[in-house]
Amino acid sequence: MFAYLFKRAFTLLFVLLGLAVLIFMIARIVPGDPARIALGPLATAEQVTKLQNEMGLNDPYPVQLWTYLSGLVQGDLGKSLLTSRPVMDDIMGALPATFELVLFTVVLQILISIPLGVIAAIYRNTWIDSGLRVISLLGVVTPGFVLAIILQLIAAHYLGFFPVTGRIDPGIGFSAEITGLLTIDGLIAGRFDVVIDALRHLFLPAIALAAAGIGQVMRITRTAMIEVSSRDFVEASRAYGIPERVVTFRYMLRVASVAPLTILGLEFASLIGNAFIVEFVFSWPGIASYGVRTILQKDLNAVIGVVLVSGVFFVVANLAIDLLLGILDPRHRIRAGRGS
Amino acid sequence: MSVMDDPAAPAHGLSARQMALYRFRRNPLAVIGALIVISVILAAIFAPWIAPSPESAGSFVDFRNRHSPPNWQNLMGTDNVGRDVFSRVIFGYRVSLGLVVGVLGVAVPFGIVLGLCAGYFGGWTETIIMRFTDIMLALPPLAMALAITAVLSPNLINAMIAITLLWWTWHTRLIYRIVKGQMNEDYVEAARVAGASHMHILFRELLPNCFSAVAVKISLDAGFVILFGASLSFLGLGVQPPTPDLGTMVATGSEYLPEMWWQAVMPGLAILYAILGFNLLGDGLRDMLDVEL
Repeated sequence: MFAYLFKRAFTLLFVLLGLAVLIFMIARIVPGDPARIALGPLATAEQVTKLQNEMGLNDPYPVQLWTYLSGLVQGDLGKSLLTSRPVMDDIMGALPATFELVLFTVVLQILISIPLGVIAAIYRNTWIDSGLRVISLLGVVTPGFVLAIILQLIAAHYLGFFPVTGRIDPGIGFSAEITGLLTIDGLIAGRFDVVIDALRHLFLPAIALAAAGIGQVMRITRTAMIEVSSRDFVEASRAYGIPERVVTFRYMLRVASVAPLTILGLEFASLIGNAFIVEFVFSWPGIASYGVRTILQKDLNAVIGVVLVSGVFFVVANLAIDLLLGILDPRHRIRAGRGS
Repeated sequence: MSVMDDPAAPAHGLSARQMALYRFRRNPLAVIGALIVISVILAAIFAPWIAPSPESAGSFVDFRNRHSPPNWQNLMGTDNVGRDVFSRVIFGYRVSLGLVVGVLGVAVPFGIVLGLCAGYFGGWTETIIMRFTDIMLALPPLAMALAITAVLSPNLINAMIAITLLWWTWHTRLIYRIVKGQMNEDYVEAARVAGASHMHILFRELLPNCFSAVAVKISLDAGFVILFGASLSFLGLGVQPPTPDLGTMVATGSEYLPEMWWQAVMPGLAILYAILGFNLLGDGLRDMLDVEL
């Protein structure tokens, strides 16, 4: 187990280094002078040269790469042209909002998709199964922004209870300072009005973000449960007189949960990408909103920072799910340790 | 499912191809998917003849008729300058499918060649190609595409370039896995013993064994490329007006929510329709050709 962890951590470092270098290359190779872009078309040649020197753009590429990487190790991502604050501060300020949204989305995905997948497997080849299949298919094929707009439309017309923009009602004076997550900090402070209001705001964006994963995981859970149900140990447990409920949820689901968890892990990593769209529609003040704004302004340092942070998130999420699978199914640990 | 387990299988004497077609036809969802895909392709090709109001595809304006809800004249209503949404959706499919052809036409061959080389040659070739693929797969795709199009300035061609740069990796990994599995097969060894060149083994022996997997992957991919392109346009980083693009139409239309809902919802449903078709078709092909992705 220790050797496995070490190997995975080493690969992780390698991938992160590659990611950083690749992003640096893309940012430097692309046509367009960052200093010229930052100053706009009206700047004089001297102003541009001055900023180029300040930003180190006239140094040789290896020197630039070194400066950039050593800054990165110290958590320095440069200054944002849009907000003129350090990019790291901006990202750290926006990250909790995204994290809370993504976390809530995953909770929704697990709570909805796995039980529905189990139900579909129990009632396989009945109208319940077909109905659930249609729902999961629609979840997979509906683009996030279309679903977001439809949800907003329905909410605006019929469900006044769910607000369509923002993270919390501005009238509630509360700032999350411990974890940055409004729901958790609200609980810690005993402010239940904050918790309720934060959950109301979370609901619609989380559903829009969760739909694709719910559809996929439902189908995978169904297949895995059906596959497991033909194994000998299931029959044996029934023969021992163990209640059906226990057999299904305790014995079968544990074995069957490996595949859905893998998919959930992959989904979790891609959620931060899809959050770009959903945050944009719901004016959610997270890292994706910040990313879109800075991208539209060609704020290069900030864009690199956002891509890098979401890349790290992606890689770490994949590692975490791999470790979790190793705990659930020791065979996975051995396979992954020997292979790749 | 093999033929033996299928109680409804027809009498013997069918070729593998007839068997596959039979399996496909017996899957109603796959047939629906194929019909949807055909309808989208036909709409895109014959757009100028099918669209009730072809002039709506451009920067045509008809202010007397703006914001009218769906009716018999305008099946999906009209937009903020009075253009027929239905006609624009039909022309929008041209842009979407153009994007699919452009992206997959470059990304798939490129990914296949890299995957073949990595799996066949092994050693350093394998390490370099597959590690690089891993890094590319670790990049958050949408964020990367956004960054690339933003830096290159947003338009259809740059969106295509950005998506292509990110897309080949999936095919490399898929082909690599298949080739790795095939390397121990006798036919590869036989070809080598018979003195076949690397080129021959790669493209005449190994590649044909990848075709079914690639076909399924392409069909599923097509839907996701459409989704990806529409998402970029929706954020204002893809196709620029007045070119009719489904993502851009949803974005513009969403400014008139909730009263004039059709302007955003109709193009949104049109995107959903196309993605649904390619997904059903891909799933059907997967069952028919019996491949695992």
